[in-house]
Amino acid sequence: MSIFIDSSTRLIVQGITGRDGSFHTKQMIEYGTNVVAGVTPGKGGQMFEGRVPVFNTVHDAVRETGANTSVIYVPPVGAADAMLEAADAGIALVVCITEGVPVLDMTVVYPFFKEKGIRLIGPNCPGLISPGKSKVGIIPGSICTPGPIGLVSRSGTLTYELVYQMTRAGMGQTTCVGIGGDPINGTNFIDCLDAFENDPETTAVVMIGEIGGTDEQEAARFVKERMSKPVVGFIAGQTAPPGRRMGHAGAIISGSAGTAAEKMQAFEENGLGVAKRPIDVVGLLKERMK
Amino acid sequence: MNIHEYQAKEIFRSHGIPIPPGDVATTPEEAEEIARRFGGTVVVKAQVHAGGRGKAGGVKLAKTPEEAKEIASRILGMEIKGLPVERVLVTPAADIASEAYVGIIVDRASKKPVFMVSPAGGIDIEEVAAQTPDKIMRLPVDSRYGLRGYQAMELAFFLYKDVKQARAAAKMMQELYEAFMDSGASLAEINPLVTTPSGEVLALDAKMVIDDNELDRRQSIAALRDESAEAPSEVEAREANLTFIKLDGNVGCIVNGAGLAMATMDLVKYYGGEPANFLDIGGSSNPEKVVNALRIITSDPNVKAILFNIFGGITRTDDVANGIVTATKATPLKVPIVIRLTGTNEEIALKILQDNGFSAMSDMDEAVKKAVALAIGNNSGMAA
Repeated sequence: MSIFIDSSTRLIVQGITGRDGSFHTKQMIEYGTNVVAGVTPGKGGQMFEGRVPVFNTVHDAVRETGANTSVIYVPPVGAADAMLEAADAGIALVVCITEGVPVLDMTVVYPFFKEKGIRLIGPNCPGLISPGKSKVGIIPGSICTPGPIGLVSRSGTLTYELVYQMTRAGMGQTTCVGIGGDPINGTNFIDCLDAFENDPETTAVVMIGEIGGTDEQEAARFVKERMSKPVVGFIAGQTAPPGRRMGHAGAIISGSAGTAAEKMQAFEENGLGVAKRPIDVVGLLKERMK
Repeated sequence: MNIHEYQAKEIFRSHGIPIPPGDVATTPEEAEEIARRFGGTVVVKAQVHAGGRGKAGGVKLAKTPEEAKEIASRILGMEIKGLPVERVLVTPAADIASEAYVGIIVDRASKKPVFMVSPAGGIDIEEVAAQTPDKIMRLPVDSRYGLRGYQAMELAFFLYKDVKQARAAAKMMQELYEAFMDSGASLAEINPLVTTPSGEVLALDAKMVIDDNELDRRQSIAALRDESAEAPSEVEAREANLTFIKLDGNVGCIVNGAGLAMATMDLVKYYGGEPANFLDIGGSSNPEKVVNALRIITSDPNVKAILFNIFGGITRTDDVANGIVTATKATPLKVPIVIRLTGTNEEIALKILQDNGFSAMSDMDEAVKKAVALAIGNNSGMAA
């Protein structure tokens, strides 16, 4: 099965004619994702690569193609507007890749999505991939392989590193979800864990977290109280100094809150496997999947 | 991005918040002149991006202009938490009857701006939260509607029984909220918010932190940046579009991706080294970025070995390899370097590096172990 995306995904690319949008659309099409439309205001009527119709607005695209999913490659200043536009047009799943979205913009975007019951993933995320079925975003398909393990992560290339090591060890993935590195995002760890728990094809889950906030700690409690499947976690930033933003807008220790140690302890206390190094994830998975 | 107290006060003042007058001095003579102009007792306050200025001796009363000059000469040039004091704010001292705390932050958990107020002002709010949490009132604000009048009054009544003071405080909360939203802040604080014996409500201190993601669309706020408060290497990195944080260790790290960069630092420590920095080179294999990254890392005398850790998904690893070769030909390295490349075009990349005499590998743990060994072995400062 997989979560959130599968072969029924009909995808719109917002920002399709931009540098990142066009490059990654080609990659997604090559992977087998069903890209049905693109949206760039002012370029409606064009064809992308001779095969994907471009529209001026998301409403137009949905009306003409029945799209149900959107991926956003729009610069930070316009990203919130693009997210709101997609939700307003009736898209069921919106994935925003953009890094640099002002946090205050997200305090408006988040409730809009919540109240409409529409799923937002990101912003500042690499998207998600269900190996062999569909890819929405920028996760390289070549490092993934189909299998029974779900993965959810706040990181980009660290996710690729873990997926790569899992694939090498013969541990394939149902879906890899990048929830992104921002302090306010549309989908959190618990949302993904819940979906993986309810996915018949997923038998174990890997969580990749980082410093900042309390998402991992709450997720650990969720794992103990509501999950039957084994979960293994890794936290990046064990050596991060407090008070400094470590690249990702959400990767910051505030005062004494949100440290890697705190998160790893929450994992420990709630029965998750705790990896000290990325490579330890594979061993812990093998142990817990017996 | 941090801004100074005097800059935050200017923003607060422009939104109507009652703030006593004050002027900035960069020399003791200027401080004396300002004190003379104000007359009476003044407070001389160090302007640095650090908390605990009072405890560090950076906030002092001066009864005369001469005293202000003398105090300023001591505070200017002082270092508070490693930051040099280049400016002081001189402001008339106020008579204080009570001190309260008012702050707004964007709360990740509720995904909203949240007001926090406490009648226990003038001290560290985290301490109050830890010791007497019932002395703090929290109120989340729906940023689609703003701070409603009745919400401002709820907060104000938590602080003041006197209706006149509560109304003044409520008005000020709304002004603070506007200042917060208009500036793209992630934090805005007034600590202490005071009442005077005559019943006036005044903001005696101001603190604001601006969301870095707002700076591109708020040029006048971005212009408030004080580069002298940052490490020169970090200023240089930002100008080169690199994300860089200087630490104290011996292994310099250059990585693509923030999460992977943090994990690399963690792994360096795990294997017995100390990370010298956080550096995210992003998705670009552009040789110029590699040149800049190497220059910044090698300008740190504590760095005894350099570790490149690149996972190339979209990024082609052979592009990165060529970037490293180009960069190091232009500026030969004085410390040993270990390069780990995995991903797209990996075999080509490793060959390019090996042909140019570099230590190249595809396993992250092995690369980190090697870099740590080289750093420890290189403590004498000789290149491998």
